[in-house]
Amino acid sequence: MPPARPERAAYRAGPKLENNRTAPTTGSHMTAFIQYTLQGLALGGFYALAALGLAVIFGVLGVVNFSHGACYMLGAVGAAVLLDATGLGFWWALPLMTIAMFLFGVLMERLLVQWLLRLDPLYNFLLTFGLTLLLVDVVKRKYGVSGLPYPLPAGLDGRITLGAVSLSTYQVFAAVFSISVCLAVWLVLTKTRVGMIVRASTEDAERSRALGINVSRWVTPVFGFGIALAGLAGVLRAPTGSVTADMGSFFIIILFAVVVIGGLGSILGAVVAGFLVGLVEAYGQGYAGRFSQVFIFMLMALVILVRPSGLFGREEAAS
Amino acid sequence: MSAQLERKVDVELPAGPVVAARRPVVRWAMLAVGLVVTLALPWFIYPPVAMDIAAWALFAISVDLLLGYTGLLSFGHAAFWGTSAYTTGLIATHVGVPCPLAVLGGAVAAMVLAVPIGYLSVKRTGIYFAMVTLAFAQMVYFIANQWRSVTGGENGLQGIPKNLGPATDTINADSFYFYYAALPIILLGVFIAWRTVNSPFGRVLVAIRDNPARARALGYDVERYKIMAFVLSAGLAGLAGGVFSISHGFASLQELIWTTSGKVVLITVLGGIGTLWGAVVGAALVVTLEDQLASSGFNGIGIVTGTIFVVIVLAFRHGIWGTARNGLNSWLRRRRTSRDS
Repeated sequence: MPPARPERAAYRAGPKLENNRTAPTTGSHMTAFIQYTLQGLALGGFYALAALGLAVIFGVLGVVNFSHGACYMLGAVGAAVLLDATGLGFWWALPLMTIAMFLFGVLMERLLVQWLLRLDPLYNFLLTFGLTLLLVDVVKRKYGVSGLPYPLPAGLDGRITLGAVSLSTYQVFAAVFSISVCLAVWLVLTKTRVGMIVRASTEDAERSRALGINVSRWVTPVFGFGIALAGLAGVLRAPTGSVTADMGSFFIIILFAVVVIGGLGSILGAVVAGFLVGLVEAYGQGYAGRFSQVFIFMLMALVILVRPSGLFGREEAAS
Repeated sequence: MSAQLERKVDVELPAGPVVAARRPVVRWAMLAVGLVVTLALPWFIYPPVAMDIAAWALFAISVDLLLGYTGLLSFGHAAFWGTSAYTTGLIATHVGVPCPLAVLGGAVAAMVLAVPIGYLSVKRTGIYFAMVTLAFAQMVYFIANQWRSVTGGENGLQGIPKNLGPATDTINADSFYFYYAALPIILLGVFIAWRTVNSPFGRVLVAIRDNPARARALGYDVERYKIMAFVLSAGLAGLAGGVFSISHGFASLQELIWTTSGKVVLITVLGGIGTLWGAVVGAALVVTLEDQLASSGFNGIGIVTGTIFVVIVLAFRHGIWGTARNGLNSWLRRRRTSRDS
């Protein structure tokens, strides 16, 4: 493997993996595989959480939020600033930043996004793109381009050893936590009345309205909720690498690949494709080295060829 | 808040022929003024900046060919601009041919790349098309970043020569003369775009933009037309990118990154979607603004361009040229109706 490059280090879900390929025994192959899998699940968790937010927003509002990566970055930067200014650590940042990002999302929808909802979705895409440029450069000016430090939370900074396999505790936590959040969101969406309304609006807003559901009432909270998920993913990512203004810039593009693979209209598709892309990236990084990111886009190309509407998406209306 | 209920596009051109366009005199006068301004530009502003404006204008025209005339928002055009910048640089450095030939080679490379990307991307429409092109452009960025033996990785290609053949040392050395040497390439690109828009092929593209189903029912192979427009547009972006890299003497990853794709879309929207002149006006404004900000030492250009983007999209969706043209047309119409009555 070539030496790690700085911008690749930012993608890595955790501390650099040991290179096991020099001693190709069965045990170390297995160890490496398990490590890559875990790394992929942790990475996939960030993608799945954020893509879930993107999918819910798209479903209910018909908006593709370009600034999702910037919101993810704000979550992480917010956690770092919170720690620096008030000393409140990771466990405080998790709920506080999620709430803060929810409020940010509500504000964003009320002030900007709502005015363009009736127009072609390209306009909100462009609006949130402009917002991304703005947010990233504001953070850059205030906190510089070099990373803000964020320590691993106490109790999660060790390693878990199971026989020959040694895993970073935080990676295990991140993978389990994001899967749990996705499950919780899934439960809320399938078992509660609010969830039913959101799912119905995602499926077919027009018909839901015809059936007497006040879809507009849910537009603002859903937007805030989607942004909150992006912020949560950002907080979760903060301890694993450097927190920089640019950390969301490539993330958002991978996120687009995720929702194209999963099918943008589909909530399940976003989550499944999120973990899938995380695994592809981790295995690619482990076994193919330098060109690992390319595999994600090749997967996307393959999906477009075979199932243009995405793995879980429905066919688009004939154009 | 009927998000799904009513999705109307208001990027369309006026349904009837534009009033100004019905008067060839107005058209030719505009063209003449445009040419004079273009030729006089390096007398008034720093010549490399003038060259940047010309290159970005052609780049924006290439995006507008897709967005304004085919209804496809490509958010990955940096892939073609950048691929050509690198290819042009490699040809100029290693083959030693005069730089117009190198630029041509770069444009061909961009078009070759556009065939598979276009083939895959046109399978999706609307917002998906934007996301897919963006993702593929990012793939090109990654490859350029990792393929260090060819692209120089983060250092990029440096010292690209301005070679215009024997006995042209003055032109090679001075950016003032280089502007005039490279301008024909840009004008060629603009001419190709203008010819395309005003050709039967261009009318089919507009038909596809306005009503794909009807165009298909009339027997046009919609996907094939879209791919052809995409490849042509990539070629124009390639011409612009090649000129840009020769003019600067280097090609860097900056040429391939997604903010470059975003910047060219900003220029197109700012100038006015579906107006070739708008792309030129937008390029002049954005490039000059960025140059002013950079030379004043302000290191938050994104704050300014991002705000402009937000304001334009919220308040001036027709862009500068579009707003001006609509205003002029309605004024002419009002004058005519008052005269007739």
